[in-house]
Amino acid sequence: MTRFLAAALAALALVGSAAAAGTPVQADLEAEIVCPTCKTTLDQSSSPIATRMKDYIRVRIAAGDSAAEIKAQLVEQFGPAVLAEPPKRGFDLLAWLLPLGALAVGVVVVATLAWTWSRRRDGEDAAAESALDPDLERRVDEELARYDA
Amino acid sequence: MTGRAKTVGQGIAIAAVVGLLALLVWKLAFGDGQGAAGSLAKGENPVAPAFTLSRLDAADGKVSLADFKGKPVVVNFWASWCIPCKDEAPALQKTYEQYRKQELVVIGVDAQDFRQDAKRFVKRFGITYPVVYDGSGSTLGKWGVTGFPETFFVDRSGRLVGERIQGGIDTERNRAAYAEGVRLALGEAP
Repeated sequence: MTRFLAAALAALALVGSAAAAGTPVQADLEAEIVCPTCKTTLDQSSSPIATRMKDYIRVRIAAGDSAAEIKAQLVEQFGPAVLAEPPKRGFDLLAWLLPLGALAVGVVVVATLAWTWSRRRDGEDAAAESALDPDLERRVDEELARYDA
Repeated sequence: MTGRAKTVGQGIAIAAVVGLLALLVWKLAFGDGQGAAGSLAKGENPVAPAFTLSRLDAADGKVSLADFKGKPVVVNFWASWCIPCKDEAPALQKTYEQYRKQELVVIGVDAQDFRQDAKRFVKRFGITYPVVYDGSGSTLGKWGVTGFPETFFVDRSGRLVGERIQGGIDTERNRAAYAEGVRLALGEAP
């Protein structure tokens, strides 16, 4: 049984590594490359250049190129704007970091506001308690004493 | 929230809104979304936007519009996948041959295209005028090109003249405007 499990795990690991480094998938690349004339991803476009680019990807996959190589070839032809996602390096890294930075700032702002509002609410409650009219307070105490008696 | 924090927050919000409004005003006042074609359509004769691009037949060789300073130039934006570009290619070549002695130059700008496809196109149509490659389409915005083919005329002073021709030059709709553009670029009397 242990041997069987070990073999199954090894087989799964092999399949996983083959998928990661193996043949690129046409549909995946079409979703990651932008048509230069219509500015949508290739899978959303049927313009002449998009059709030509899909053909090119098909040919390069058949020729054994990796996804990274095909993307590099398309960037060389059409520039970096052909990639649906900006590369995670250099100046383009900002496109990934800025939204995270904005999210972090947003969390800090919301937390600060929530903390400030909760403190104000506590203060208002305390103020409301102490703001009871002394005469009314005395009457309430009298009524309570009479009730207890 | 303390009064001071509230004031700071409001100040930041107002500054952000004012900044965005300023950007909008600047864009409306100074941004020309239609490039040189927009100015041409208003009846102006803007200076032809400069470019330096690699030659289609040699990636290391560069061609600049400035290289043809003092000469009339026909600038044709095209792509190998565009059907009207195929239809007009013989007429452009004919123009180049016909007016060569008058120093007229035709420059083909192949944009948003595969270089190899463009090379095949040039060979197929026997194009001998200079063709440059602009795969990313970096020149299109400055010129105001919105589709392929489009043709512009530059006179000897480097200014755009005539009309921007949208679509094939060798069509009933565009033939007269094309002839007029060539005439204006050459500086010939009507």
